Amino acid sequence: MPAKTKNTKFEIKLGAATREAFGRTLVELGRENKDVVVVDADLSKSTMTTYFAKEFPDRFFSCGIAESNMVGVGAGLAMVGKIPFVASFSVFVVNKGFEQMRIGAAYGRSNLKVVGTHSGISIGEDGPSQMSVEEIGLACSLAGFVVMAPADENSTKALVRAAAAYDGPVFIRTGRPKAPVVYGADQKFKIGKAIEVAAGRDITLIANGLLVAQALLAADVLEAEGVSARVIDMHTVKPLDREAIGRAAAETGAIVVAEEHLVDGGLGVRVAQAVAETNPCVMEFVGIHDRYAESGNPDEMLEKYGLVARDIAAAARKALARKR
Amino acid sequence: MLESFFHMAKSIAELQDIAKRVRRDIVEMIAAAKSGHPGGSLSAVEIVVELYFNHMRIDPANPKWADRDRFLLSKGHAAPVLYSVMAERGYADTPKDKLNTLRQFGSVFQGHPDRRFIPSLEASTGSLGQGLSLGLGMALGARLDARPSRFFVMMGDGEIQEGQIWEAAMAAAFHKVDNLVAIVDYNRIQLDGFVSDIMEIAPVAEKWRQFGWHTLEIDGHDFAAIEGALAEAAATKGKPTCIVAHTVKGKGVSFMENNPKFHGVAPTQDELKLALQELK
Repeated sequence: MPAKTKNTKFEIKLGAATREAFGRTLVELGRENKDVVVVDADLSKSTMTTYFAKEFPDRFFSCGIAESNMVGVGAGLAMVGKIPFVASFSVFVVNKGFEQMRIGAAYGRSNLKVVGTHSGISIGEDGPSQMSVEEIGLACSLAGFVVMAPADENSTKALVRAAAAYDGPVFIRTGRPKAPVVYGADQKFKIGKAIEVAAGRDITLIANGLLVAQALLAADVLEAEGVSARVIDMHTVKPLDREAIGRAAAETGAIVVAEEHLVDGGLGVRVAQAVAETNPCVMEFVGIHDRYAESGNPDEMLEKYGLVARDIAAAARKALARKR
Repeated sequence: MLESFFHMAKSIAELQDIAKRVRRDIVEMIAAAKSGHPGGSLSAVEIVVELYFNHMRIDPANPKWADRDRFLLSKGHAAPVLYSVMAERGYADTPKDKLNTLRQFGSVFQGHPDRRFIPSLEASTGSLGQGLSLGLGMALGARLDARPSRFFVMMGDGEIQEGQIWEAAMAAAFHKVDNLVAIVDYNRIQLDGFVSDIMEIAPVAEKWRQFGWHTLEIDGHDFAAIEGALAEAAATKGKPTCIVAHTVKGKGVSFMENNPKFHGVAPTQDELKLALQELK
């Protein structure tokens, strides 16, 4: 059942944070497969790998505050047949472990799972040194990596499980705040297969992470204005679901991409590439534009930096004006 | 399956013969490629030969045997020594008659070790500072599965200027991984010159000791000493072992020895002739 239908409005109902869903799922995976191991860099209480550490202390490896080594150790564990999850704040694990992801997992070919938590600017109070707005671009630049950004609790659960089952390097982006529920527990997910969470014919809103819920709210706003907006959850940024994008471009003729990430190098540019190569159409981009955010609560951040439903609806109107 | 390592136990004279052939391979390969790193390949010869011919539990006919020991050449630019030793040891994916295709388009002998081309390699290396972390991860995984495998990571002396090495050093001691051996090829020269002029790393052994490693200092060209150190590492429980191997950059070729020029420059054809004469 889609999150939103013609007759039902999308309502924000907060579920667990995606990092929390990750931590809980990791424990389930640990129970099912003894080869699942976790490597940490002194943030297990924040990344929620602490649940795994409590139940499987022998399979939890503390590296201290040393992300480069953590990622390298994870790659080494993968090379002897383990299914290692290395986790930290996105900004630390990807920025400080990037070269190790490249050599140990991408070029070096290993079955490493990298999970970034506290992604985007919705971490709030800690401020820009802890915020990650570049990692989707960075992770996508690593040949062979799968890159995902789930929207809510249930999608995180499913995609973390899919990552463990997949043979190859994966990066998963999760967030700090409680995430609005988009999916029921029975929703099926497949790596690389986008989900249409609302049907529509005039324009398509493509989002991932927290912005999926905002896109659904925007679709309701647009519907009230007589605009039928399709909403697609692009939970997998790489490999991209080019088929869904090409179809959306052809059928709706206008696309807005919304993400909690720099517009330079995130989901938007990748979607634009797919649109250019399939059915070129007008596009607008909602994201962070060449700047750093600040301290404040998550809602204040999303509001100030233009990442809420109002901003997506405005971008849609602009795209529709250009379409005509 | 295990036969091919049980039969080993080479005499020192035999090992020295192999080392000489490997040195000839190295200079020939690099001369043919017209680029490469002779100095740090030649300084590591005895250690790599000892590991592959006399110490590691490996089976070249079964390179993916799960319980094997593993060697990681963290100083990946010394690829020629590893390629030659693996070829000499009989790995099918390192054909001896193709060694002179080093660095050429289409060759499995890539500029730095690349598992995509040689699956028997344990890691793709070349970006310095990363091998010890990989080895540590492997050692932790093997210990978890109660495998007998041991892990040997060779680093350059200049390489230990990388911060990640010390992150890994701290973590390995903390986790008490006694199936991990770090080997520092202490030849005292790096790309831009003498290590002591670029960034002093001394006292090397003391640093490793302070980081919690059982640390030995040996002459890295003395097979008996290498054998003794590796045996001591195997007998050391509860902590990782670091072998600081004092070596000579360019060892075995007079005009390359202790000459920073031959860190990363290939010998000319005339120089090759001279080198091969010395390596008879």
